[in-house]
Amino acid sequence: MPIAQPQSSSSRDPETQESPRLRLSHLKLLEAESIAIFREVASEFERPVMLYSVGKDSSVMLRLAQKAFFPGPIPFPLMHVDTGFKFAEMLTFRDEMARSIGAELLVWRNESAIAAGTNPIALDTKRCCGLLKTQALLDGLRHYNFDAAFGGARRDEEKSRAKERIYSFRDEAGQWDPKNQRPELWNLYNGRIHSGESIRVFPLSNWTEMDVWQYIHAENIPIVDLYFAKERPMFVRPLPGGQDMLLPIEQDFVARKGEKPQMVKSRLRSLGCTPCTGAIRSDATTLPEIIAELLQFRSSERANRIIDHDQEGSMEIKKREGYF
Amino acid sequence: MLVDAENFSISEFLAQEREKDLLRFSTAGSVDDGKSTLIGRLLYDTQSVYEDQVKSIEGKGTTAPGQIDFALLTDGLRAEREQGITIDVAYRYFSTPRRKFIIADTPGHEQYTRNMATGSSTADATVVLIDAGKGVLVQSRRHAYIASLLRVRHLLVAVNKMDLIGYDQATFRTIELDFRKVLDQIAEDTGNPVDAIFVPVSALRGDNIVHKTNAMPWYTGPSLLELLEQLPRSQDTTSEPFRFPVQRVTRPDHTFRGFAGQIASGTVRPGDTITVQPSGRTALVERIVTWDGDLPIAHAPLSVTLVLDRELDISRGDLIGSTDQPSHLTNHVKASLVWMDQRPLELNRRYVLKHTSQIVPAVVASIDHRTNVATLAHEGAATLEMNSIGVVNLVLLRPAAFDRYALNRTTGAFILIDTETNGTVAAGMVTGTSHSSDSEESQDTGSWGPVTAGERESRWGHRGAILELTGPFSLIDSIERSLFTVGVVSIRLNPDAALFRADPALFQSVIDLQTKAGILAIIVRPGEPGILLARSEGQEIILEAGETMKAVSAIHQLLHRTGVFTSNEQAGL
Repeated sequence: MPIAQPQSSSSRDPETQESPRLRLSHLKLLEAESIAIFREVASEFERPVMLYSVGKDSSVMLRLAQKAFFPGPIPFPLMHVDTGFKFAEMLTFRDEMARSIGAELLVWRNESAIAAGTNPIALDTKRCCGLLKTQALLDGLRHYNFDAAFGGARRDEEKSRAKERIYSFRDEAGQWDPKNQRPELWNLYNGRIHSGESIRVFPLSNWTEMDVWQYIHAENIPIVDLYFAKERPMFVRPLPGGQDMLLPIEQDFVARKGEKPQMVKSRLRSLGCTPCTGAIRSDATTLPEIIAELLQFRSSERANRIIDHDQEGSMEIKKREGYF
Repeated sequence: MLVDAENFSISEFLAQEREKDLLRFSTAGSVDDGKSTLIGRLLYDTQSVYEDQVKSIEGKGTTAPGQIDFALLTDGLRAEREQGITIDVAYRYFSTPRRKFIIADTPGHEQYTRNMATGSSTADATVVLIDAGKGVLVQSRRHAYIASLLRVRHLLVAVNKMDLIGYDQATFRTIELDFRKVLDQIAEDTGNPVDAIFVPVSALRGDNIVHKTNAMPWYTGPSLLELLEQLPRSQDTTSEPFRFPVQRVTRPDHTFRGFAGQIASGTVRPGDTITVQPSGRTALVERIVTWDGDLPIAHAPLSVTLVLDRELDISRGDLIGSTDQPSHLTNHVKASLVWMDQRPLELNRRYVLKHTSQIVPAVVASIDHRTNVATLAHEGAATLEMNSIGVVNLVLLRPAAFDRYALNRTTGAFILIDTETNGTVAAGMVTGTSHSSDSEESQDTGSWGPVTAGERESRWGHRGAILELTGPFSLIDSIERSLFTVGVVSIRLNPDAALFRADPALFQSVIDLQTKAGILAIIVRPGEPGILLARSEGQEIILEAGETMKAVSAIHQLLHRTGVFTSNEQAGL
C-alpha cells in the first residue's frame, strides 16, 4: 500500500506556524477530536472498516483518516454499500479516490434484491432501504467479520442522531438500543464487545453541516461534482405551496405520467440513491457559494431525502433495525 | 444562522469563521424546569433551526394554540415524545458570529445522574435551571454537585419562569443567596470551586435568553447567550505540564517510527526533554509530525505524532510527559466514583479500568464514604448503587501514570468496565493516591526488585494474565506450544494437582505471583470431549476441539483482543 502524501506545504495552518500561544479554531478542535477517535478504534479493534458513502461527509472522514495515520497508510479498508441506485459520477469518483490515495475499497451489494428489481416505487422507501441499504450493510459487515465500522453520521442531522454515542454499540443483529446505551465520558470510549457484537463509530459526531463545508473549503478536499450547480436534466414536480421538487432523471420509473425531463440549474445538497434524492435549484458553483447558500437555507439538509418522511421518527426506527 | 443578505460578503464570513472558537456546555434541570424549552429557544432565536424542523412540530405539544412548543425541537426519541420527558444525553449545535457551541442536553431525573455526569465531563460550562416559583430544590443541588465534581468551572444559573412570579426581583435575589450558600458547601466537599453567575429568564417568552428583556429593568447584566459568548474556555491547559498518552505506534516502514496521540495538556516543542511512563526512560522530542507538515510547537488538544531522538520501547498506553513534572506512577488510587450501572459496585471484584489509552484490571478495595448529595453528608457504605457518588480506593493490577483530576481532566479520569457485560459501570476522578500506597509501593519495590511490570511487558510483548482452558489436554498442549513459539512466557497450572487440592489458597497466591510478574498463567482443566472452553480477562469463547489450528489461532486472537498481548506480533497480525 503506498504511503499517503500531504497535498502541499501551503495547507499548513498559519496559527500553528506563528504564534507560540495558540488559539485553536473550532475546525482544528473538531479535527483533533476526530483524529483521536480514528486512532483509538484502529488500535482497539481487530477488524475495523470505514463505511464510505462517497458523499461530502465521507470525503471529510477520509481526509481525517489520512491525517490520523500519516505518514502511514489508512490501516483499514473502505466499504461502499452500493444499492445499484447510485449516481454514475459517484461510482467514478469513488474508484478514482480510493485509487489515488491507495486505500483498499470493498463494494457490497444485495445482489439478490437488486436482481429482483427492488426499487422504492414498486415497494415503499422503507422496505427498499431495508433491503438495499440495511440488509446489504449488515451482510457486508458479517461477511468480512468487521467488529467496528466508521460512519459519517453527524448528530446535527436528525433528532434521533443527537443521542447517538461516538462508539455506538450494536448487538449480534446489528441493532441499536437507544434506551440502553453505554455512558460515554470524556474521551474514554468503551470498545469492549463479545464475539458477534460490533461498534459503529461516528468520528464526525460533533461536526455540523456548516463545519463540514468549511473544512472541505479550508482543506481543499475533493468532492463529487454533483454538489456543484450545473444545468442538469430533471423531472420537475410541483408541490403544494408553490414550490417544486427536482428529481434526477437517472431512473425513468420515478417519472409520473406526463413528466418530461427539463434542464434546470441545480445541485444536490446530500447524495443518496437516485430515485430518492431530490436536487435543489442553485447557482452555487464554488465552495464559498455553497457555503453562502447554506447560510440562506431555511430547510435542513435531509429535507430533500425522501426517506425521512415515511413516518414520524422514521430514522429512529431504521437505526434500531441496524441502519447507519 | 441567518445573514444580512445586502451587506454579506462570503470572504469576510469565512475569515470570521476561521477565528471562531468552540465552547461546550451542558444543561441540567428538573423535569418541569423548562430546560428543553430553554434550549429550543436558544436554537430558535439564534436561527439554528430550519423551517422544516419547526413545521414538523407546529401545532403539537402542550403549549397554547399559536405558540411553538420549543421542547419538541430537542426531545428526540419516541419514548420521550410519548412520556414528555428527556431520557438521555442529546447533543445540540449552534453558532453565533463569535463562537460555535456544543450543548450536552442532559435529563433532570434523579435516576439519570449518570447522564448528567456524562454531559459535564466534556463541558466548559453548565447551565443550571431553577424554577423561580420553586426555588432551590434537591435536584439543583445535585446538578451543581456533579458539575463541581466533574470540574466544570462555570455555572450559569438560569432562574426560569420569572414571568410566572411577576418578574419579582426579591424572589430572584433570595434564590441567588440560597444557591450561593449551597455552592460554597459543594466546593468545600469536592475541592473544585465553581464560578457562578445568575440570570433571571423566561425561556417560554424568550426573556434574557438570547435578547435582553425590558420586563426586568432591575437586571442590568447580560443575557444567557451573551454570557456564553464571553466565558473563557476553562479547558485551556497550554501552560500546564505536558501529557501525551500514546494511542498508537506509527511505523509505516523502517525509516519512520512515531508515537501518535492527542496532547492531553501542556505544550511541546522539538528539543524538549520528555519522560516515558511507566518505563521512566527519557528522550528528546525530535519532530512533531502532522499531515500538514512538521510543527515548531503544539499544545493541547492537538492530535500529533511525536518522533523522539532515540529508540525507546514505547507502546500504546504509555504516557509521554514532562520530565520535570511527571505524573504519579502508582497502582493504588483514591478516586471519586459515580456509579452508573444497575448492578451495584462489588468490592474486590475484578473490573477493567480504562485510563487514557490503556486498559488495566482493577478492584475497588474499599469505600471511604458515600456522599449524600442532598445534604453533602458523608455516609458509611458497603457498596455504591446506580447514581450514587462516593470516594473509593482502587488497586490496579499494574501501575499507571495518573494526575489528580483537579489538575488534569484527562490523566485524572477513568472509567470502570464490567468484564462480563462489557458495560461502562462507573466514572472515576482521581483525588490522590491512597495513604497506604506509598508504604505498600516501597514494599512492592522491595520484594519485586528494580524490574518494573512495564519493562517485563515491553520485553515479552504481553502482560501477566490468566488464561483458563478447559478441554482435551492434547489440544491444550498445542496451544501452549504455539504460545511459547511466539515468545509468550507462560506457566501451566492444574488446580487439581495434589499440592493445590491440599491448599486452595496456595493456588491463588501462586497465580497472583505469576501474573504480577508478567507471566501468563494457563490454568488447565479436563472438560467435555470435543469442546474447548477458553476464558481470559472476562471474555469467554467456546471452540471445537477437533480443529486444532483454528482453536490455536482463536486463542491468540482472544489474548490480543483482551489486551494481554501488547504487541501485535504474537497475535499473528
